[in-house]
Amino acid sequence: MDIDCLKSLKSLACKIRIGVLESVYGAKSGHPGGSLSIADLLAYLYSRELNLNPKAPQDPNRDRFVLSKGHAAPALYSVLAHMGFFKLEDLKSLRKMGAFLQGHPNMNSTPGVDMSTGSLGQGVSAACGMALGAKLDGSGVRVYCVLGDGEIEEGQVWEALMFASHYKLDNLCLFVDNNQLQIDGSVQEVAGLSKIPQKFESFGFNVMQIDGHDFEQIERAVNLAKACKDGPSAIVMKTIKGKGVSYMENNVSWHGCAPNEEQFKLAKAELDSILAQLEG
Amino acid sequence: MSKILKKATRESFGEALAEIARFNEKIVVLDSDLAAATKTKIFKEAFADRFFNCGISECNMIGVGAGLATMGKIPFVASFAMFSAGRGFEQIRNSVAYPNLNVKIAGSHAGISVGEDGATHQCCEDIALMRSIPNMVVLNPCDHYEMKAAVKSAADHMGPVYIRLGRLAVETINDEETYKFEMGKGITLKDGKDITIIATGLPVREALLAATLLENDKISARVINIHTIKPLDREIILKAAAETSQIFTVEEHSIIGGLGEAVCSVVCEEFPKRVQRIGINDRFGQSGSAHDLLAHYKLDAKGIYQTIRSKLG
Repeated sequence: MDIDCLKSLKSLACKIRIGVLESVYGAKSGHPGGSLSIADLLAYLYSRELNLNPKAPQDPNRDRFVLSKGHAAPALYSVLAHMGFFKLEDLKSLRKMGAFLQGHPNMNSTPGVDMSTGSLGQGVSAACGMALGAKLDGSGVRVYCVLGDGEIEEGQVWEALMFASHYKLDNLCLFVDNNQLQIDGSVQEVAGLSKIPQKFESFGFNVMQIDGHDFEQIERAVNLAKACKDGPSAIVMKTIKGKGVSYMENNVSWHGCAPNEEQFKLAKAELDSILAQLEG
Repeated sequence: MSKILKKATRESFGEALAEIARFNEKIVVLDSDLAAATKTKIFKEAFADRFFNCGISECNMIGVGAGLATMGKIPFVASFAMFSAGRGFEQIRNSVAYPNLNVKIAGSHAGISVGEDGATHQCCEDIALMRSIPNMVVLNPCDHYEMKAAVKSAADHMGPVYIRLGRLAVETINDEETYKFEMGKGITLKDGKDITIIATGLPVREALLAATLLENDKISARVINIHTIKPLDREIILKAAAETSQIFTVEEHSIIGGLGEAVCSVVCEEFPKRVQRIGINDRFGQSGSAHDLLAHYKLDAKGIYQTIRSKLG
C-alpha cells in the first residue's frame, strides 16, 4: 500500500470518527465506543473494496455490507455520508423524530444500508442468505458482514456459521470486531468468551487474525479472503473500543453513552488535529 | 363438484410449492430438518437445487430467508409452527417484517391435532404472535384446495406472509372448480339468519357439520370461513353482526390472541354484539390421537354444537 493511499485511508477514517462524534453528540444518545472501533475497517471497505455506486444504491450487482452489530450505526452512516450516499449534514438528524437515520440501521429508510439490523446475532444470518442468493445467481457479488465480539455470544451466530460453512459460501467474509468489551464489562468477565479464532476455525472458516486499525493488514486479509475458494472467511480484528478519542479508548462506559458539550469539544479537537496533520 | 379428498394441508403445501416453482424461478425453499414432516420434501424432490436444509436452526433459517429475499428470491421457510412462529418470533419481527421482506413463513403441525407428540409441539399461540407484527399477512387455509390457492397467493403477494399448516388429514369442503381464494376475503359457506359461526383452519369443516346439527334444532346458523386472519375481512363480520343475533368463533388455537379476539375487536369497535370464542381455553395440550384431542377440547362438530347450544340456552 503506497503512502498516499495510506494517508487517504487514515484521513477518511478520521472523518468517519468525527461524523460519529458529531452525530452521537447531536442525538444525545448512541454507541460511540463500538462505532469508533470499526471506523478503520469501514474506511477501507467503502473506499477500496466494495463495488458500490452511491448514485445507484439499489444496483443488484453491488457488493453487500451487513452491519450485524447494528448499534454501530453511527459509523455506518458516517462512511455512507462521506461516500456520497446522502449529505454529511444529515448526520446531525441521527435518532431524531422523523429522521431517516434511525437508532439502528433501517434498509428501507437509509440509502446504502443493505439490511436492517440491531437485534444482535441476526445480521449474520441475513448475510448468509445474501451470499447464497448471489451464488445461485452466479453474480460474483461479495457479502461483507461485521459482528461484535459480544454479539457472538448469541447462539444464532453459530447456527449461521454452520450454514455458511456447509454451503461453502466463499463469497462471504465476516469480520469480528474484537474490542473485548461489551455493555456489562469485558467479554471475558461477562461470558467467558475466548479463543474466538479457534471457534471460527472449528466451524469451518478460513480464519485470519489482524490488527483492525492497521490498513495494510486489513487489505492483506481481505485479499486472502477473496482468494479463498473453498468456504467462507472470518477476519478476527483486534481493535480498541473508542479508538481515536483518547479518553474513550478501552473504556466500557463509552459503549452506549453520548459525550457532553465539553467532552465533545475535547474529542473533536483531538480528531481535528490528527486530520490537520494528515491533510496538512 | 370436484372430488372430496382427505389430505393434510401440509401435503397440499408441499405439492403447491412444487407446482408454482415450475413457473417462478425465484421460489426457493428452506427447512430445518423437518422436510419429511412439513412436506417441503415434495419440493426438494422436484427442485433439489432450490432447496436448502438449514439443520435444526430455525432462527438462522428465517434470517437466511430474509437475506435471500433482499437478493430478489421468494423464500418459503418451513418448520413446525412452534419453532418457526414460536422460536423464530423475534427473527420474523426484526429481520423479516420490520424491513418488509418477501419471506413466506410456514408453520406446520399447528394446533392440538399434532396428536401424540403432546404439548411441547402443539402450538396454539402462533396466530396471536404473527398477527401482532406489522406488515404480516396471516393465512390459515382449511383444506387441500384452499391451501393450494393460498400458497400461490402468498407467492404473488409482495411482503411477509405466515401460513399455518396442519398435520392431520382432513376432508375437503371446497370445490376445486368453483373455489376462488382472495387474500383478506372471508367466504360464506352456508347462509343462516339466527347465529353466525366464524371458523378458521381445520375446524371449518367441523363448524359446517355443527351447523347441520343446529338445523335439526331449528337454529339457522351462518358459517363463515376466514382463511385470512390478517388482514381481516371486516365487512363479512360486520354483516354477520348486523344480520344475526350472536357470533361464535371457532379455531384450533388459544382463545387469546387468535381469530376470536380479532373478530371481537371488529365487532366491539363497530357493531357491538355478543361474541363467544371457541378454541383452546388458555391451557396446554397433551398427548393423544388427533381425533381424541379434538373431541376432548370440544373442537369437533359435536363439541362445537354442544358449546353453542349451552350458550344459546
